Amino acid sequence: MVPVMVGPGTPQDAGAPAVDDVDDLAALRAGDEDAFARLIHSYHPAMVRLAMNYVPTRAVAEEVAQEAWLGVLQGLDRFEGRSSLKTWIFRILMNRAMTRGRQERRTIPFSAMFDPRTEPGEPAVDLDRFQGLGGTAPGSWADPPKAWEGSPEDRLLARETLRQVGRAIEALPASQREVIILRDVLGWTSAEARNVLEITETNQRVLLHRARSKVRRALEQYFDEQV
Amino acid sequence: MSRFDRIRPWRSRRRVFACREMVELVTDYLEGALVPEDRARFERHLEGCEGCTAYLEQMRQTIVVTGTLREEAIPPVAMDRLLVAFRSWRQE
Repeated sequence: MVPVMVGPGTPQDAGAPAVDDVDDLAALRAGDEDAFARLIHSYHPAMVRLAMNYVPTRAVAEEVAQEAWLGVLQGLDRFEGRSSLKTWIFRILMNRAMTRGRQERRTIPFSAMFDPRTEPGEPAVDLDRFQGLGGTAPGSWADPPKAWEGSPEDRLLARETLRQVGRAIEALPASQREVIILRDVLGWTSAEARNVLEITETNQRVLLHRARSKVRRALEQYFDEQV
Repeated sequence: MSRFDRIRPWRSRRRVFACREMVELVTDYLEGALVPEDRARFERHLEGCEGCTAYLEQMRQTIVVTGTLREEAIPPVAMDRLLVAFRSWRQE
């Protein structure tokens, strides 16, 4: 069994409104159309991406995201600022997506239901790459990873490499996919991701770990085939 | 004594992580979620282990590459529709 270590939470913002968040809110309430368009540009693609975990097609996810924006407008006057504007917008999105998902009778992947204590362990690396009990140093690498730094930076960022990463992310279980998209594709903080997905700090980290480990593994496999 | 040791006291005598454990701790390490003693052990192991150093670097590179993926922009028609909705909301 792979040990799951529980450390203290990272001291990041706990979803308190950021300064530009407060400005955005004031601008929206004042009827500033540019502010609204800016928010849509920054959040809409992520909203569609998240909604896709709950509804059957991209087209439906796009609809759900647009409905969520209308919901934002409807609720704006009642929004009390207890969470950040961003968290609030994404919660509206998640609610719409889940409702729509139920209507479309799609099984709902629930990050909130993920519990690392009961989930089967998923080793980050195939265990046969480590020495067994019969080895000179059990638990040490038998087949260590080779550095990629010999590979030129442009190979790492080549279009085909990115496609491999995209494919690896698509293949992840929904709960892992949600977390890696928010954290690594969109660059959210762990606090933001956990507030929107309503999962604990530990679960967030375990899901992120499994997702990143699998993407790394896919890249390693791809680079090994290239040699 | 680390928090990990308090849960599993028999571990406290172990001064090093095995490579097999290291690969499971990488995310906790990068997220700053290891208690200081485990963090020190993690770094001590790295100093003497090429395989784990390469592994950590690969994880960092994986994060960088993932961060260059882009999501599709909103379709212009949808943007127009939402801005129309915004204008009528403003007039209410």
